[in-house]
Amino acid sequence: MKANWWKYLGLILVLYSIVTGLVNPVPRIDILNESIRNLYFHVPMWFSMIVLLLLAFVFSIVYLAVGKRTYDNLAKELTNTAILLGMLGVLTGMLWAQFTWGFFWTNDPKLNGVAIGMLIYLGYYVLRQAIEDSEKSARVGAVFNIFAFPIFVVLIFILPRINDSLHPGNGGNPGFSSYDLDSRMRAVFYPAVLGWILIGGWIANLRWRMKNLEAEHEDN
Amino acid sequence: MKTIKALLLAFLVSVVPQVTQAQNTAMADELRSSGKIYVVVAVMTTIFLGIAIYLVVLDRRLRRLEKESKNKKA
Repeated sequence: MKANWWKYLGLILVLYSIVTGLVNPVPRIDILNESIRNLYFHVPMWFSMIVLLLLAFVFSIVYLAVGKRTYDNLAKELTNTAILLGMLGVLTGMLWAQFTWGFFWTNDPKLNGVAIGMLIYLGYYVLRQAIEDSEKSARVGAVFNIFAFPIFVVLIFILPRINDSLHPGNGGNPGFSSYDLDSRMRAVFYPAVLGWILIGGWIANLRWRMKNLEAEHEDN
Repeated sequence: MKTIKALLLAFLVSVVPQVTQAQNTAMADELRSSGKIYVVVAVMTTIFLGIAIYLVVLDRRLRRLEKESKNKKA
């Protein structure tokens, strides 16, 4: 029970963000209109994803250093959950883009960067499936993950800032701060981000424990 | 029930005074003033609570399995 507080905190924060995200007033901005509320739901997917990927990166290193299988299981399940969140981020972003930028997919560097990044992580998935020896699969997977994460960060955080991007805060575009992301919006946005990070972590935690049980079962 | 009502009231009181400044940008003002927005809130809350309960149940079942496997080892 004691160790579970963060899971419930995640639920409460996201629930709070759903209610206040719909009810609280938001800045009146043309084109965005009410869709500015997507900030509370679409953007936290990415924050959660990147935190899980960072943890996967860390635990890949830990696995290579310590050699315990459970760390590899953790890195793998964190990555799996992060990919799910990334997919949701892409889908919700496409929907939002259609109604504000006019297209489901623009040649925005952030979009293309994320598409490449997702393919890299799908490559991780395929690679792990392809190697039958589980020890080898774990080690190669860990190395792949350690390389993938910095590339992903460059693709979605650095390149879009150098090039022109429609995303706020990129390519000379103003950040959401200038969109009057005032205290009212922050009061919803930050809890939403933290909540989704915790829930993403929880789902990864469930998958990890399941994986550990599976591994135990196979050993017996 | 009383605490829930009090919480709801406190919540409304904190939200309602922040009346948006009048601009010409089209917003769903009527959805809000008619209170129908709360229907959407209720639906989304229900869905999320359902998923939350599902996660909690999954977690408990996993814990039981973990205990069993620990006992087996011991």
